[in-house]
Amino acid sequence: MTLPEEEVAEELTPGVPGRGPRRAPSRGRVVVRRFLGSRQGAAGLAVLVVMFLLAFAGPLLSPWSYTDRDFTAFLQPPSASHWFGTLQTGADVYAVTLRGMQKSLIVGLLAALVSTALAALVGAFAGYFPGWADRTLTWLTDLLLVLPAFLILAIMSPVFGEGTWALFVLMLALFLWMVTSKIVRSMTVSLKRREFIQAARFMGVRPVTIIFRHVLPNLSSLLIVDATLNVSAAILTETSLSYFGFGIQPPDVSFGTLIADGSKTAVYAPWTFWFVAGLLVVTVLAVNLVGDALRDAFDPTSTRPR
Amino acid sequence: MAGFLARRLLNYLVLVAVAASLAYMLAATALDPRSNYADRTPKPPPAVIDAQLTALNLNDQVPLLERYAVWAGGVLHGDLGKSVTGSPVNDDIARRAGVTFRLVVLGMIVGSVGGVLLGALAAVRQYGWFDRVSTALSFAVLAVPVVVLANMLILFATWLNDRLGTQVFLVSGEYTGGLDTGFWGSVLDRIQHLVLPTASLSLALVAVFSRYQRNMMLDVLGADFVRTARAKGLSRRAALTRHALRTALVPVMTYFAFTFGALLTGATFTEKIFGWHGLGEQLINSIFTNDVNTVAAIALLAAVAVLCASLASDLLHAALDPRVRAG
Amino acid sequence: MTPATTPETAPAHAPASAPVLDVRDLDVSFGDVPAVRGVSFEVRPGEVLGVVGESGSGKSVTASAIMGLLPSSARVSGSVRLHGRELVGARDKELNALRGRAMSMVFQDPLSALTPVYRVGDQIAEAVRVHQRVTKEQALVKAVSLLDLVGIPHPAERALAFPHEFSGGMRQRAMIAMAIANDPDLVICDEPTTALDVTIQAQVLEVLKKARDETGAAIIMITHDLGVVAGLADRVLVMYAGRPVEVGTVDDVYYRPRMPYTVGLLRSIPRVDRGAQRRLEPIEGSPPSPAALPPGCPFAPRCPLHVAACDEAEPPLFETGPGHLAACIRWEDEAASEAEAAEAEEAEKETQAPAEAEEAREAERAVEAAVPRGEPVLRVEGLVKDYPLLRGAVFKRRVGTVHAVAGISFAIREGETLGLVGESGCGKTTTLLEILELARPQRGRVVVFGHDTARLGPAERMAIRRDMQVVFQDPLASLDPRMTVHDVVAEPLRTHGLGDSGRRVAELLTLVGLAPEHAERYPQDFSGGQRQRIGIARALALEPRLLVLDEPVSALDVSIQAGVINLLASLKVRLGLSYLFVAHDLAVVRHIADRVAVMYLGRIAEIGAVDAVYDAPAHPYTQALLSAIPLPDPARERSRRRILLEGDLPSPAHPPSGCRFRTRCPKFRTVLTEDERVLCVEAEPDVLPVGEPAGDQGAACHYAEQLDVVQPRRNSR
Repeated sequence: MTLPEEEVAEELTPGVPGRGPRRAPSRGRVVVRRFLGSRQGAAGLAVLVVMFLLAFAGPLLSPWSYTDRDFTAFLQPPSASHWFGTLQTGADVYAVTLRGMQKSLIVGLLAALVSTALAALVGAFAGYFPGWADRTLTWLTDLLLVLPAFLILAIMSPVFGEGTWALFVLMLALFLWMVTSKIVRSMTVSLKRREFIQAARFMGVRPVTIIFRHVLPNLSSLLIVDATLNVSAAILTETSLSYFGFGIQPPDVSFGTLIADGSKTAVYAPWTFWFVAGLLVVTVLAVNLVGDALRDAFDPTSTRPR
Repeated sequence: MAGFLARRLLNYLVLVAVAASLAYMLAATALDPRSNYADRTPKPPPAVIDAQLTALNLNDQVPLLERYAVWAGGVLHGDLGKSVTGSPVNDDIARRAGVTFRLVVLGMIVGSVGGVLLGALAAVRQYGWFDRVSTALSFAVLAVPVVVLANMLILFATWLNDRLGTQVFLVSGEYTGGLDTGFWGSVLDRIQHLVLPTASLSLALVAVFSRYQRNMMLDVLGADFVRTARAKGLSRRAALTRHALRTALVPVMTYFAFTFGALLTGATFTEKIFGWHGLGEQLINSIFTNDVNTVAAIALLAAVAVLCASLASDLLHAALDPRVRAG
Repeated sequence: MTPATTPETAPAHAPASAPVLDVRDLDVSFGDVPAVRGVSFEVRPGEVLGVVGESGSGKSVTASAIMGLLPSSARVSGSVRLHGRELVGARDKELNALRGRAMSMVFQDPLSALTPVYRVGDQIAEAVRVHQRVTKEQALVKAVSLLDLVGIPHPAERALAFPHEFSGGMRQRAMIAMAIANDPDLVICDEPTTALDVTIQAQVLEVLKKARDETGAAIIMITHDLGVVAGLADRVLVMYAGRPVEVGTVDDVYYRPRMPYTVGLLRSIPRVDRGAQRRLEPIEGSPPSPAALPPGCPFAPRCPLHVAACDEAEPPLFETGPGHLAACIRWEDEAASEAEAAEAEEAEKETQAPAEAEEAREAERAVEAAVPRGEPVLRVEGLVKDYPLLRGAVFKRRVGTVHAVAGISFAIREGETLGLVGESGCGKTTTLLEILELARPQRGRVVVFGHDTARLGPAERMAIRRDMQVVFQDPLASLDPRMTVHDVVAEPLRTHGLGDSGRRVAELLTLVGLAPEHAERYPQDFSGGQRQRIGIARALALEPRLLVLDEPVSALDVSIQAGVINLLASLKVRLGLSYLFVAHDLAVVRHIADRVAVMYLGRIAEIGAVDAVYDAPAHPYTQALLSAIPLPDPARERSRRRILLEGDLPSPAHPPSGCRFRTRCPKFRTVLTEDERVLCVEAEPDVLPVGEPAGDQGAACHYAEQLDVVQPRRNSR
């Protein structure tokens, strides 16, 4: 309807670098500045830091550990001795909630890391090498998209006994990467046509080197944003699985198991549900805010004020 | 065109076959129907258990591949096997599929239409109060998992019902059994049951779609062709609805295939929490009862559904975008 | 800012009536950044006003401001009157009634300017129905007749097509049809032909002239191409840094420019009617950023006539003649030096050219001494490249074969530059990529430095990659945005195991005219011309013998382009390089190439020494191509007869039988007899020598006949 933004930008900045001695700020610094400059990004990051502190340093403040049972107080509302109240079993809600948060944060972070790495590699190789490599990888991606992830994870749940949460993380990651990988693939295909990749190719740079030197760095903004958003996806998936008893197994606890238990008593003992649900929502919200702000910070054309 | 479609369908068939087989193998390995008999009193003799399990094609003494062959042979003839209780899986599934179908379709329509409208409105008034509020709300909704959302809705409904002193929202099941209030009465009853599950299923979808539609719309708002439309003398509103919205719809409709899998998972949770007797509830129950054949059947159906959605989204894309159906 | 008002002298053939559009002191700014500053002009009915400027000069913003289509972040002040009605600050409803009816606009990019999901006919009909109370059917009938008017064959049928089924030229015709749908009084054309090939550009310009004659509308023609305006405009307004710096009749501005910027612009244009004897004169530096304008005259930092007084205040527009304004305090000096310059130029022709040619010949001799002459650095024989033609994005399938390159042969000798020219879709880029792949071609042979690419081992291929480097078209796209300039330039060194010494990088940057301390910056911090220099530095890092250049200057502004062309020319002499120079701009090629090959639809139409081909083209396609190029010379543009080609390039998937050019060939259509045509339809012509004495020049035409279509200018004025 109006003059496109880029055109305006072009009209306004016919790049005049030779002028003035200012040292060009590195891209990383620009991104950090833009990220911290956005209110939502700074807020999200602050909340996230607080959440981490709470999850890992918080338990030290309370005399109760998540395995303790207070046999003098069953299902008691918050009080001086039990800050968040107690469960039907006499467990301290504060202690178990923080323990659950630890688990959920670790699971979320690791699963996001693994799945994003997988997405980047599979997508970039599929996009860069047409022919059988592309076909095989794309077919695998499609297969995993078709497999009902929740069902597979649920069936596998007996395997996730105590101490095997690393396997759980891997399985979680295995079902999170496909959509990103498809995006990475199509972006790689278009990047490959870009002239700087062609230039490297005609210079004699090896394909794998090109992927790691040119393709992946140029997708880094997408990947970082995706990893952030995967953290929240992983936390949410973990919660849902654990809610139905398919994820983290007792005696260990996570957000999901706590919410499942809490929802049964929520009507008459709201503290069993609302603290953990609230912390979960705030955590995921913070992660999403950070991801969104990162996306804006990386996007040179973005002019969102916030 | 026909040849191409055939090749694509063949590819889909292979994908479904491999996915279902994988699901069967996994289920048959990980689930243990034998344990169902462990708690029976009196404990049946092992020979009886074996005979029963073999009759159901669930005996873990029989090699996996043999069981798989029997199951696959049955599936090819349209027989999905027997559940642990001995009833045919087909009947069970057929009965429940309708319930899930109603829930998913309704959720999808509400979610996508609502999301597109919200997103388009937000984009048109970028940085206006509506944009800000809807953005904040969709962020909030996206941070709430379906299980928590469903429970929160239940808590809210109970609270509201208490306040109003009457049952406005019904939180369990699809309809009230044995109700005798005539046609309109049962319609009302169904709607009372329907509101909360649909809301919990579609709210997240609304949030996702509205974000996506907003971004697509913002991309298009600055496009040359919208400027052309304005240069013709079209009013802002006409240029936006006739040119921008119509064009921005194309990528959003294809996005829908990606969300379908998530929607199915969401439906599973919703059914279980609201006590709808659909496939999702069945799935969770069957995992707990080690019902291998039912699990495999549902996996098969889910795979088919996802591929159908993907095909539908492609067709929709072609219908909406002349560039795609070119040639 | 403008003490002298725009004079009322109208061009001869425009009636002296009230102006259609009257713009006074128009200012547009985005935030604190001014984009347009004090623009004033008026346009009369039937008049064509050319607005010329480089990117960033504010010409497009001016157009959008007149139409009221600026984003809401823009602040507009001043006055824009259409038939005396004030548009600045008018209500949107009021503007909606005027837009498309009283004034309309044709945009630059015809692909993105049409809504992709609606039929072309419907979009034109919509323009009709917005302002006229007619039924849908009536509007469609009108749309079809408009399509017919702008010269689209089978308009009723084509009206049902979607924009993506139209070629670029046809889309632009459709845009023009839409713009004149309601008989507007004013049509603003924003770079309407920039995205088009020259032969298509010539067609579209004809359509515009026809549209003006048909509707009597005034036209504002915005362009960066001084050639396009020369033949079309009555008056010209030159913009620089958001301001008009020179206004006058087209003859005044072209023949008696008073602003040094206009002078520089005219001198820096490569011209198809002048050979390499004349070095281009680039304007130093690059345009100022609107956010940081110099204190005085914005052109002062780049101006050859710069004196201290220039930095004191921004000069107003001085009336330098009747109806001729220029914003330069030294316009009288410019006028005085004009006469001298004319003489000097004549003298230069006699003295300078031989000297430079001598220099070049000397360098060539040095090269000859080093390498035995004869074996070409690159030889292409009968090269063929087919692509599968895929249709549909979702239902992708093969529907045919694109014969992108259909058997071409040429050779480049040591120290020589071969220009490979042709319009988009002619296969020139495919040819280039096929050579760069260093793989066995589908058919034919590619021999690089004496090695047949079909028989290369990995080590040999790597060695050849070292000697053959490439410079791409888009200087930003060809540099990895995540790498510093140092890393970019050092990448070839690292790849070939030479270590990335900072000294070598500094050396290379200096060689291409950049400062060594630029190495730590990122490509996006540079202007287009500087980026292209970085690309050239990277290509030179390994001291190659052959440079393959893919449209290296087509993305640059004219004043910048000249600098890069000069750089390439001097590097060639200093380093003894050979160039394969792929371009669509024949004028650029004339300035840099020794030999030229003209491609059409995957075949070479004509090949030969530059001067021979340009002065006496023998193939009808070359003739048409050369005659389509607008010259920045109004008098000759007006008197020149164009050979207009009909229609669009046929699809390379279904090339015509026999001679590929026959479907559009003016000779085939008008000159040849029925009997003579049979040969064209049945036999594909090979490249055969033409001219007397038969030598280097060859044309693939059964009835080749040399013809001068450019008429190199014999007297300067």
